[in-house]
Amino acid sequence: MGTERTKIITHIATARSWLAANSRWVLILTLILALIFPFSVKTYILSLGIEVLIFAIFAMSLDLLLGYTGLPSLGHAAFFGLGAYILAYVSSNSELALGLTDNLLITLPIVILGTALSAVILGFLALRTSGVFFLMITLAFAQMLFSIAIRWSSVTGGSDGMTGVPRPTLGIGTWHLSFTDRADFYYLVLAFFCITWFLLRYIVRSPFGLALRGIHANEQRMRGLGYNTFRYKFTAFIVSGVIAGIAGMLLSQYFWHAVPHNLFWNMSGQALIMVVVGGPGTLTGPVIGATLMRLLPNFASTYTELSETLMGLVLILFVLLAPGGIFGIFHKKR
Amino acid sequence: MQADVRQMLKLCHVDTHYGPIQILRDVNIDINMGEITCLLGGNASGKSTTLRTIMGMVKPTSGTIEFDGERIDGLSIQQLVKRGISMVPENRRIFGRMTVRENLEMGSFLRSDRSGIREDMDRVFGLFPRLKERVGQLGGTMSGGEQQMLAMARALMSRPSLLLMDEPSMGLSPLFVQQTFDIIQEISRQGTTIFVVEQNANMALSIADRGYVLQTGEIVLDDTAANLRENKMMRQAYLGET
Repeated sequence: MGTERTKIITHIATARSWLAANSRWVLILTLILALIFPFSVKTYILSLGIEVLIFAIFAMSLDLLLGYTGLPSLGHAAFFGLGAYILAYVSSNSELALGLTDNLLITLPIVILGTALSAVILGFLALRTSGVFFLMITLAFAQMLFSIAIRWSSVTGGSDGMTGVPRPTLGIGTWHLSFTDRADFYYLVLAFFCITWFLLRYIVRSPFGLALRGIHANEQRMRGLGYNTFRYKFTAFIVSGVIAGIAGMLLSQYFWHAVPHNLFWNMSGQALIMVVVGGPGTLTGPVIGATLMRLLPNFASTYTELSETLMGLVLILFVLLAPGGIFGIFHKKR
Repeated sequence: MQADVRQMLKLCHVDTHYGPIQILRDVNIDINMGEITCLLGGNASGKSTTLRTIMGMVKPTSGTIEFDGERIDGLSIQQLVKRGISMVPENRRIFGRMTVRENLEMGSFLRSDRSGIREDMDRVFGLFPRLKERVGQLGGTMSGGEQQMLAMARALMSRPSLLLMDEPSMGLSPLFVQQTFDIIQEISRQGTTIFVVEQNANMALSIADRGYVLQTGEIVLDDTAANLRENKMMRQAYLGET
């Protein structure tokens, strides 16, 4: 037993060293695989790939809050759902919607503005609290939006949501790109994923990101050094909310609709699980978490009806045995 | 007082309460530019509360605090750091899961002059060569003495004109205590005014220009360090003379 354990630890240490030494090549290889992905898989797998990328963007946005700033939001679905509904309202051909345009150059700024505004309002209130109170306020806000989405059916479409959301286009003047085709849409989502990953990587490695890590470690100490911690948390909250909103926008474009479920606490919980299982405060961890948490139920449901129970078990095991998540096992913390 | 001595910080009739309990009573302290001033006292005498009051962490219930001739009571810590006051807290309180370099960068966040930050980094590495050797090491894995050096170096990165230090010798071995106080003297020689709160009266008075003794929230003695070292009550109460 002892020898087996030593062997496993040695293998993990070897894997850690190998990953640390070859991280650039791993990144390049992953990018190449992601680029050839639509040509090498069936439609169903491609669909799963799109879903994974969208949820990875969502999970990374939460990681900025939870993993780097230490803010445990249980209402992140508010921005995810809002992004979906704002996009639907602007571009859907449903009679409830404005149906203005499907051009990303117009819809994307509107989604960014809308989610940023809601993040400003929620952040202003919620960031005056911490810990469990922060968690409860964010949860309450998301549930309030969920309730509005269900009840105010004349505007939101009620429990059916808003249908007829078109896949996006990108165009200036006569130049025009359409992402109606599934593979084309995959590349659009991949582009958003890459931009988000590099943007967040830049943010967390900047002095601003260092300050967020300091706040996570000890907010009081940061204040003692002269930091206006509220301003840092507020900015992180808005950036995180906007990215979650973009993920929601992409999901509604992919599934052709925005539904109240996008705002439900269950969606926030899923994102939280993705971050915890993947490895908080790592960016790559939540991507791994999103991959696992989207793929596992799909494959597990083929064999058992207890796939949701399985997911719960996976979460419990990770929290107990690997608090650093999957990424934490293979990536040595400095 | 000599004519060329300029007052940097002045506490005037300061009272501080924690709820209904009065901690500081009519505290008057003058800190002169370029000098090392120490505040001595036993446990629970109000030393740390004095620093917390200066740094705006606790609001004084009465009295005034002036820095460079301007009132600063009521200002936030952020505003005080911008004005040039920096504090090395008790028990170091560095960021254990950040490297030495990252800890130092934390101290210079208000500044955007990259070359100036590099210069100051070199300056603190000159003062603390051990930190330079361990620049990539996690703060939490260093010894208590090294963490104390890191905390002092971090405070210096904001280029303070006044450095407040809370019990810098606490929990350190005698060798590190001596090193720490040597460095405090060197920082002072380089032009930073220092206000050090300390239980180790012997060490503090050996480097200070002026000292204050606090008992149950009141200043009971106030003189030059040389005179305090000769003061009978001081020798019996704090310097171990029987």
